Amino acid sequence: MHVFPFVVVAWIILVGLYGIVTSRHLVHLIVCLAVVQSATYVLLLGVGYVSRGAAPYFSDIALHSRAVDPVVQALTLTDVVVEAAVSALLLAIAVQTHKRFGTLDPDELKELQG
Amino acid sequence: MTPGLRRWTFLVAGGGLGALLVWGFVGLPGFGHYPGPYGDLLNSVAVGQRHATDVVTAINFDYRGFDTLGEEFILFTAATGVSIVLRELRRERERTAVDEAAGREAPATSDAVRMACLVLVGPTMLVGWNVVSHGQVNPGGGFQGGAIMATAFVLVYLSGEFIALKRLSPVHLTDAVEAIGAGSFAALGVAALALGFPYLDNILPLGTSAGTVDSSGTIALISFFVGIEVTAAFVLIVGELLEQTLLVRGDR
Repeated sequence: MHVFPFVVVAWIILVGLYGIVTSRHLVHLIVCLAVVQSATYVLLLGVGYVSRGAAPYFSDIALHSRAVDPVVQALTLTDVVVEAAVSALLLAIAVQTHKRFGTLDPDELKELQG
Repeated sequence: MTPGLRRWTFLVAGGGLGALLVWGFVGLPGFGHYPGPYGDLLNSVAVGQRHATDVVTAINFDYRGFDTLGEEFILFTAATGVSIVLRELRRERERTAVDEAAGREAPATSDAVRMACLVLVGPTMLVGWNVVSHGQVNPGGGFQGGAIMATAFVLVYLSGEFIALKRLSPVHLTDAVEAIGAGSFAALGVAALALGFPYLDNILPLGTSAGTVDSSGTIALISFFVGIEVTAAFVLIVGELLEQTLLVRGDR
């Protein structure tokens, strides 16, 4: 099953996209976008995994013991921060949308614009 | 496009995308067969070169420090963006309060919740600080610890003390702390330049042995600056969003 974690990645992306396409509420849509993005965490960590490797912290394991790739873990951290930033901005825009149009349903918003 | 048609269109397109993704993933090195070499290289040299036992933090704040500077400014920009998007619009204060659930009183915060939140504020702050200051030794660092420390401020809000939260974190102070945190990270890089080293080079003494709080030179210092920047950014973002509930609810 060497490809199974990557199938999970594809599944998370598709489930999130399905949520975005069928969303009836902007906050729900933003959460679905976060789901799509979380697929990249699984992909990055999956790519860097070494069989029976320890976490790349050498405070309590021997210096040259087998460890997983730390670079993708650092990238995942960047990814999480970007996701938090994107969600915060989108939620702020959703708040303003509700103030302006009184609804958060994407279909109703489309009708308002004519 | 009707919801039904949209769903069917997605099922066809999503099926194609899924097939393409899986086709691509099958070509990757199998799970557990990471081919290297960068991760293996860093794992074997980082502890000796930088005296940091947490290689992920060493990469973030040293080997890949310039990228992380950009990452930090993404968060900085997002906090600024939220402030701008949610700025007080004209007429906003004049709007009368609209009760979204008429005939149902908003329940007051119970004493149990209030007590639990206030008791947790101190320990949460301490855990966050511990994670920030031990980023070079154990899993953690400025980003993770900063998010935990921001949680302590949110606990103050959850205990029903929005006014106390605003008094604890006035916007101009939070703004200043955020700017100092982000600016110091960039300034540390310039300091290396001024001394004739590459930008963000590790110019501080590395400490006598790896795995102690005072080891790893600029890694620990950058972790600290990032920690206070992230705390301030999240307090700012959460505060701005919470303030909206007050605006919408009016002066209740």
